[in-house]
Amino acid sequence: MNAIIVSAVWGVVMMFCSFLVKNKGLYRHIATFGLIILLIAIFLNAWGINIFDIDDHNMLHFNNFGTAFNTIAIACTLVYVLLTGKEVEKYGKYSAEYFTLIFFSLCGVAVLSAYNNLLMLFIGIEIMSIPLYILTGSDKKNLKSNEAALKYFLMGSFSTGIMLMGIALMYGGTGSFQLEVARVQGLGPGKSLSFLEVTGMLFLFVSLAFKVSAAPFHFWTPDVYDGAPTVFTSFMATIVKAAGFVAFIKLLEVKVAETGIAVDKLIGINWQLLIVILIIATLLVGNITAVFQQSVKRMLAYSSIAQAGFMLFSLFSLNDIAHEGLLLYAAAYSLATIGIFAILVKMKDYTFEGFNGLAKKQPLVAAANTVFLLSLAGIPLTGGFFAKYYMLASVMKTGTYTWLVVVVVLFAAVSVYYYFRVIQAMYFKEGDAATEEFAPSFKFALVALAALIIAIGIIPSIVLNLFYF
Amino acid sequence: MIPVLLIVIPLVTGFASFLINNGKGAKALSLLSSVITLVLALVAVYSLGSKDLLNYDAAWIPALGSRFSLSMDGMAKMLCLLTAVSLPLVLTATYKNNYSNPGSFYGLMLLMQAGLMGVFLSSDALLFYFFWELALIPAYFLASIWGGEKRIAVTFKFFIYTFVGSLLMLTGILYLHFKTLHGASFAIQDFYHVKLTHHQQFYCFWLFFIAFAIKMPIFPFHTWQPDAYEQSPTAVTMILSGVMVKMGLYGVIRWLLPIFPQAVLKFDHLVIVLSVIGMLYASLIAIRQDDLKRLIAYSSIAHIGLMCAAIFSNQQAGMTGVMVQMFNHGVNVIGLWIVADAIEQQLGTRKFSELGGLAQKAPGLAILLVVMMLANIALPLTNAFAGEFLMFNGLFRYNMWMAAIAGVSIILAAVYSLNMVQKIFYGKTVAATEHAVDAAFNIKFSLVLLVIVILVLGVYPQPVIKLTEDSVQAVLAKIISIKVQ
Repeated sequence: MNAIIVSAVWGVVMMFCSFLVKNKGLYRHIATFGLIILLIAIFLNAWGINIFDIDDHNMLHFNNFGTAFNTIAIACTLVYVLLTGKEVEKYGKYSAEYFTLIFFSLCGVAVLSAYNNLLMLFIGIEIMSIPLYILTGSDKKNLKSNEAALKYFLMGSFSTGIMLMGIALMYGGTGSFQLEVARVQGLGPGKSLSFLEVTGMLFLFVSLAFKVSAAPFHFWTPDVYDGAPTVFTSFMATIVKAAGFVAFIKLLEVKVAETGIAVDKLIGINWQLLIVILIIATLLVGNITAVFQQSVKRMLAYSSIAQAGFMLFSLFSLNDIAHEGLLLYAAAYSLATIGIFAILVKMKDYTFEGFNGLAKKQPLVAAANTVFLLSLAGIPLTGGFFAKYYMLASVMKTGTYTWLVVVVVLFAAVSVYYYFRVIQAMYFKEGDAATEEFAPSFKFALVALAALIIAIGIIPSIVLNLFYF
Repeated sequence: MIPVLLIVIPLVTGFASFLINNGKGAKALSLLSSVITLVLALVAVYSLGSKDLLNYDAAWIPALGSRFSLSMDGMAKMLCLLTAVSLPLVLTATYKNNYSNPGSFYGLMLLMQAGLMGVFLSSDALLFYFFWELALIPAYFLASIWGGEKRIAVTFKFFIYTFVGSLLMLTGILYLHFKTLHGASFAIQDFYHVKLTHHQQFYCFWLFFIAFAIKMPIFPFHTWQPDAYEQSPTAVTMILSGVMVKMGLYGVIRWLLPIFPQAVLKFDHLVIVLSVIGMLYASLIAIRQDDLKRLIAYSSIAHIGLMCAAIFSNQQAGMTGVMVQMFNHGVNVIGLWIVADAIEQQLGTRKFSELGGLAQKAPGLAILLVVMMLANIALPLTNAFAGEFLMFNGLFRYNMWMAAIAGVSIILAAVYSLNMVQKIFYGKTVAATEHAVDAAFNIKFSLVLLVIVILVLGVYPQPVIKLTEDSVQAVLAKIISIKVQ
């Protein structure tokens, strides 16, 4: 509860700042301060100290997993604001508003990581998404940004509509919005949910798959991520996407745990097979299309689809390793992507050629970028390796579909191709990478972030301990 | 404690070397570090300390059940010694070469050494996988930054090939991990006791074998190798072909044979046929080469093929031969690369068609090369003879025809080796060799050391056989117990 209220309140504070504080440079410091307060609030929450005690009628349920994810989301946002906060000021006169929107979006993330009621799921998704539609279009004079915002909004509202329809059907089936209420038909291994609930679940499944950009519901992703101002793409592609997965896993899990229905019978059809198809489609589309991109930003958009394919594993296996893995994945993927985007924002040319020769001009920046890319590719000694490792291990542990792991591992090898193109450009090709000025503090922050990713890669417990405290 | 030092010393000095801008300082630091490592390896080999010194075990990632555990048996000692011997040799022989950005070059070399040591020492599967990759990544950067013209595409091919292999291995490791008692261990001893059905063994066998086959490389997984060897800077090629290919062989002996004995007995024939095809194929291609580096690369494929075939013959003699030959091949091939590098650095070409009559100008180098080449053909009195004889012996016991066909490669080896010596060193001098001089002292010094090793082990191979005896017995015992059933 702390995080939900503090983030909403601080969003309002930022709003007031936009006309009370004249110095534009101060906004990001105020936002940083707010995020630190938010972080303290969530820590207090974890230690059982609730500043705000509100009766939520069991519509929200705070557990370790949700709190741990929320902590990661806030910490990643803090890193994001520290690294790229200055760039936010470039878009338009009222940059405080953008921070406001980020705080509101975080409020949605906090709701999603604790929802226990389908209405809260809906509200959480909306609070999280609507600020993003605005952020996507924040580069008002840029046609691509406008196009992306409109596309995102139309597609997003369509998927929300489907979600609402699903929720309504489930309400019809069970008579309640509570997540754990389900009406089971039949007995023994043959039992399944009622028809209305099954249909409702399918609708919810589709709309959540849209939110996490799983193929074939991914078509909006490349255009939106490419069209949106790079600073905001960074936020959308990381923290928000991971939050979608947290909402997703909770929905499936509660339906499994509370109804006692075998996973493969959850909606009458083979649930696991459905997710397997989704995983393979997502990895195929994400990886293969990313190979052919010329722009690093667009490549990262497709790579985010591919990474989503890996995160889908947690929905497939739904065991303890899947939870730990999702947390680790959220942290490792978000940190690395935020780092790459922070560097990308400073590049004059977003194509692969634009990175040619960066290592000679900016050895520290190139080294940090290499660590981020290696982490995304899942090379050992980086956080990304353990993230992928946990995902693969969670599937192995279920003991079914082990061939899936072999298939997926081959896709991971494909992903090496496009991530290494950037490394090759930076280190092995001659060129004059045109960049903006890198401040010493920025370089220091990048190196610290790279060190953090390596630390996670050597001792993943530093993230996972959040789960158990 | 010694195993930890063998990894930590190159690791720490490697990182330190990145901070040194001055070429001399980086060279001196890496040479010093590699000599200290060599001394430690020698201490380990002669087991001057108690047994506790050779093992190390500490908690690493308790949540996963993975431990930082290292241990040294005979085979590990031998391969660590090879790794420790090769780096000072390589650094001495290439001491006069100048690399741009020397701090990073020597730093990456040391990191690669740390990775290699870790592969040979770790007795925890996840740790093994970590070091397996740690050895690969510096090699990728070394070859891509300091390599030849086509380096970017070629080394990337090398990287993708090995990365696919290692990911498949990771899948296999995970599978076994959940099959161990309580599904919570990566320790090699627990892996040895995993109970798998035949079907599961066959499935996992390929996951591991492809990783190792790519690394060795075995036909048809070898296509990355000649290009990568040719394009890498020679100092790196020495480590790649002298030590890194042994990772594949080591993996087969340490992980594959004891964990999947039934699958090994089922697929042994297939693997041996592939190896023998590779031997003949590579030897034939080697004859047609015009480039010194490519010739050595193909000859290396042929030698590795024989070693792989001998491993899968599962005979005492064959396995002992592999142990002897792993060390000897490492020593010999490094010697050949040193000569190749000496010629290229001085004359600027490696093509036979542009060379000739070098023996008149560089008699010292010529004599040393001839000894190396004789060892490459495995003539008696050279170290390779003992190893190849034992390996053919093992293969012969397994299947006479296989041994006979594989034996053709010895003749082919003589053809391409002698042909090469003749074209480069004898005949009339040509434009390129007109003003050639003999090799510098540091090159001759390291070659003389190698020649001494070649001759000593050629006359008396017993030290290596004795050192690795325990590993051979342990591996064969497992296979034989399955065979008896």
